[in-house]
Amino acid sequence: MSNPVFSLNLLTDFLGMWQYTFMQHAFEAGTMVAIIAGIIGYFVVLRRSSFAAHGLSHAGFTGAAGAVLFGLNPIFGLFAFTMGGALLMATLGKHAANRDVQIGVVLAFMLGLGVLFISLYKGYATEAYSLLFGEILGISMTDVWITLIAGILVLAVFAVLYRPLLFTSLDEQVAEAKGVPIFGIGLAFMLLIAAATSIAVQVVGVLLIFSLMVTPAAAAQLLARRPVHGILISVLIALLSTWFGLFVSFYLPYPVSFFITSATFLVYILVRAAKI
Amino acid sequence: MSERDIIAATGVAAGYGKSVVWKDATFTIARGEFVGVLGPNGAGKSTLFRLLLGLSQPMGGALSVFGEKPKRGDQRIGYVPQRHSVDPEIVIEALEFVRLVACGGHWGFDLPMAVKQERAEALKALRDVGAEELAYRPLGSLSGGELQRVFLAQALSGNPELLLLDEPLANLDIRREGELVQLIKRVAETRGVTVLLIAHNINPLLPVLDRVMYVANNRIAIGEPSEVLNSESLSRLYDAPIEVLRDSRGRIAIVGAEEAVHHHE
Repeated sequence: MSNPVFSLNLLTDFLGMWQYTFMQHAFEAGTMVAIIAGIIGYFVVLRRSSFAAHGLSHAGFTGAAGAVLFGLNPIFGLFAFTMGGALLMATLGKHAANRDVQIGVVLAFMLGLGVLFISLYKGYATEAYSLLFGEILGISMTDVWITLIAGILVLAVFAVLYRPLLFTSLDEQVAEAKGVPIFGIGLAFMLLIAAATSIAVQVVGVLLIFSLMVTPAAAAQLLARRPVHGILISVLIALLSTWFGLFVSFYLPYPVSFFITSATFLVYILVRAAKI
Repeated sequence: MSERDIIAATGVAAGYGKSVVWKDATFTIARGEFVGVLGPNGAGKSTLFRLLLGLSQPMGGALSVFGEKPKRGDQRIGYVPQRHSVDPEIVIEALEFVRLVACGGHWGFDLPMAVKQERAEALKALRDVGAEELAYRPLGSLSGGELQRVFLAQALSGNPELLLLDEPLANLDIRREGELVQLIKRVAETRGVTVLLIAHNINPLLPVLDRVMYVANNRIAIGEPSEVLNSESLSRLYDAPIEVLRDSRGRIAIVGAEEAVHHHE
């Protein structure tokens, strides 16, 4: 990349950036990731399952490392291991509220496996680094397509589950009595987290997944009295932070994930401060 | 079981795995009755509710609700589970919480037309329990008494014929206890709803109760308050000497003659 210079004319700057195919890919995938993370994140925070999202992103790390080791596209490893991890966690811990121990058990095992995969893979340093901290600027057209298709599938499943999922998230006991299949809904939601995590890892990496899956939703939940508004606000924060991060990092020599995490964190702090 | 009976139990036993919580329960509850369910912690009061809701199966005997075997998701039953508190960080408004019962049982996304109608119905349910002013308040900011009125509105919003209320009076002060009991009684009478209410303290319920169900020592006794809540009947239930004391205004204290089996404040 020739040294891009920021001109203060936002339109010129944007068009300058848009010439680069890798930036277009980054914006396309980043937009879908932000929408999914904002929506699923709202329920992650509402159900207090952020530890599950954390655990699943680590399972994804191992999956991606394994895929790289066998010469496959890391995104397939991400999906396989997050989905498998979700099924394992949901079956081991029947109640979402006290699944912490089961998640910890699965997480530790997964990371151990990840360490093995990385030690077996010779050129591990950059691959591991990009999995841990995200590398959206290296995203291929195939990755964009996989992200878009997976994103649309997640949205479709979410749309079907929305009302019973909200019911069980806010009032599990009454939902159960009213005949809502709470175990099935919980399992389906774990799979949604798995899919959302898999695609979000590409943007912010395993270690920074919370910046898109938890922080925007946490800020939104302080603001919105109706769930539907909360979801919209959460998506908006995730989306604007991602666009901001991509745009700024094109002109500054610092990583995208740093700007995204800082933006969402700043929004959260401002919202918290405004509520006091 | 007669036409009027909503619940009929014949020799029902309840428990988990191999341990029996109570057995040999035989009783009927008629439409429109207000029944207080009392007894020490762990005696199986909530277990009875789980059986009636179809969430667990009886270990033996025959139980019927509305003339059939209880099945999960019966919309004729309104249920308020035992809840200790609500996360103060939850800013979702009371109205949306009440609306859950109407919308949460259906698959799919909220459609604007349905939302409008469901919110109107939820607001009506809140109005019926005198809690209209709480509709747009964050759930986490409500007091114990306010929350119980919101829970009651939620339970009533599907127009149930039977209300199962699990310790709605817990965490309320004496005045709020009395107010809530009167409110439940008034709503139940207006709508002709049958009420089973689990409580720790019989006294706030005495003015409204038709019958008392006392769950203790693996057994269930049921009858009018004066039949069940006397020294002889409770001693028989517990297999131990129990004294029931009454003050000048008819308020009751239950005391174990040898050891304190159950404390009524």
